[in-house]
Amino acid sequence: MELLLQQVLAGLATGGIYACMALAVVMIYQAIDHLNFAQGEMAMFSTFIAWQLIQWGLPYWVAFAITVVVSFVAGILIDRVLFRPIQNAPILSQVVAFIALFSILNSSAGQIWDFTIKSFPTPFGHTSLFGSTLIDTHEAGMIGVTLGMLGLLYLFFRRTRLGLAMRAAAANPESARLVGIRVGWMTALGWGMAAAIGAVAGMLIAPVVFLEPNMMLGVLLYGFAGAVLGGMTSPGGAVAGGFAVGVIENVAGTFIPYFGRELKLTIALILIVAVLMVRPSGIFGRQAVTRV
Amino acid sequence: MTAPSDEVAAKEGVARTPAPARVGRSAIVRGDRGRRLAILAAVIAALLIPIFARGFLTFQLTQVMVYALAILGLNLLTGFNGQFSLGHSAFYGIGAYTTAIMMSRWDIPYFWTLPAAGGVCFAVGFLFGLPALRLQGLYLALATFALAIAMPQILKFQPLESFTGGVQGLVIDKPDPPFGLPIDADQWLYYFTLAVLLVMFAGAANLVRSRTGRAIMAIRDNPIAAAAMGINTALYKTLTFGVSALYTGVAGALGAIVVQFVAPDSFNFLLSISFLVGLVIGGVGSIPGCLVGGLFVLFVPNIAESVSTGLAGVIYGVILLLVIFVMPAGTAGFARILFARLLRSPKPEGRSR
Repeated sequence: MELLLQQVLAGLATGGIYACMALAVVMIYQAIDHLNFAQGEMAMFSTFIAWQLIQWGLPYWVAFAITVVVSFVAGILIDRVLFRPIQNAPILSQVVAFIALFSILNSSAGQIWDFTIKSFPTPFGHTSLFGSTLIDTHEAGMIGVTLGMLGLLYLFFRRTRLGLAMRAAAANPESARLVGIRVGWMTALGWGMAAAIGAVAGMLIAPVVFLEPNMMLGVLLYGFAGAVLGGMTSPGGAVAGGFAVGVIENVAGTFIPYFGRELKLTIALILIVAVLMVRPSGIFGRQAVTRV
Repeated sequence: MTAPSDEVAAKEGVARTPAPARVGRSAIVRGDRGRRLAILAAVIAALLIPIFARGFLTFQLTQVMVYALAILGLNLLTGFNGQFSLGHSAFYGIGAYTTAIMMSRWDIPYFWTLPAAGGVCFAVGFLFGLPALRLQGLYLALATFALAIAMPQILKFQPLESFTGGVQGLVIDKPDPPFGLPIDADQWLYYFTLAVLLVMFAGAANLVRSRTGRAIMAIRDNPIAAAAMGINTALYKTLTFGVSALYTGVAGALGAIVVQFVAPDSFNFLLSISFLVGLVIGGVGSIPGCLVGGLFVLFVPNIAESVSTGLAGVIYGVILLLVIFVMPAGTAGFARILFARLLRSPKPEGRSR
């Protein structure tokens, strides 16, 4: 029993990483209605900017704030320069454009900051928590920040006019345009916010996985899995899904005998697919209703 | 005839093409003949290439054909049936490993391994198509993606090592040309791959044109209407999954023979991404487009690498972006627009023929 609790705790710690990324994934999904494959690389690039600023001697929180702002602006720029011209192209073509962006960001980060592993500071420290080595203060802090971002997003979308406008633009672009919402700018704002959330996620994840150009690939995949498991239409669901993926992975790896450890990723994914069989739109997602 | 009325006729002709009635018929026959001539020319050119090209280019072009076949498999599923897949690297890997195990463990001649690889992949694809029935869009993408992630891990899995060779993979021998033909092994593989490619492309073209093919496309365009017209959507969707996996599996088998080596990590999901890029660049739902996709997937990364090793990814990404910006619907879509423009422009001397 104690082993189970410990594994769940460790799972929550890694799940925090996935939850962070899942939130960014869902954010962009709300804005452009499908997945941005370059999301992880955008976050990685932002984290490198923060690292560079810290290297230049700026205090952590100043670098943090500058990075979030820069990422926000960069996200809007990517929307205007890259996504705008192919807005009406087939979805698969857009996906390939994101793959291109992925390749560009990954390669140029490698060129600017090279591929050696760098350590990234954390404001929370690395002392252990609850007397166990499975979760430390940084991981707890990361979970706290993720939940805090989730709360802020909830308030933004439910309680502000701008949030309402963004929801309208995503739900029904034509009607939204008719009531005077600038749908194009709402999409750009969605890109900016997704990039900013991704930057925060990257800066929180970097102390755990270490900073290098390929650090986000695995994380994005798990974040994607978490977001899909929770339901792409629900930010809260995505965060819950992210934690669930971490816990499933850890518990399956420990408790399934014989091949559990070697195939824990496979098992986690099979479990997720099994859940999707029962709930095809994710656990917390809404079934999309279309007019025939 | 005067020029203005000619223009009207041309416009009407264009407007009528969607309904292949009396008027459009001769045009269709002419188009068909043009297509046949183009295919014939392409085949003759393909037959001549190894005689004049360097050995390495022949080898590369063999790989292009392998990729084109794999992309065709993905195209049957995504382009014609509307089901998204990130898992085709797994089918490619299963095909490659089936061939490698049969050749290196059981000494079975290479040409017998192709039907076996196709059969195994058809079965796996069909079975995987069953749960996929309930999923759509991104959720289907995740499920197929799980398959792509799982495959290298299963191939590395310890208890299976006596079959799969574990992390080391398997090495197979390059087949010699039969009947004492005066060509080297690379050239023979080229012709062998070309023959398989032609058969399978012809098969796909026929499938797409048949009653079954129309059912497959009807499901893509409007599943509810298709079901209402009596199409067994579940059956056709799973069958398409199976056939798609079969094509990609045969490509994997050929790929293994050509490269003479299989290892778990060469069948990771990045290979699926390559197939997806090739599919989009060639044209979703276009059979000849798959060849363009194969060319792109093999050559463009090499070109990017040769321009600058450090910035290869940036150059590759920029090329990819430019292609998407210029041709949002892929090469096939671009060609279609180009032809439509050419036909619409008034050309009196061409018309009076």
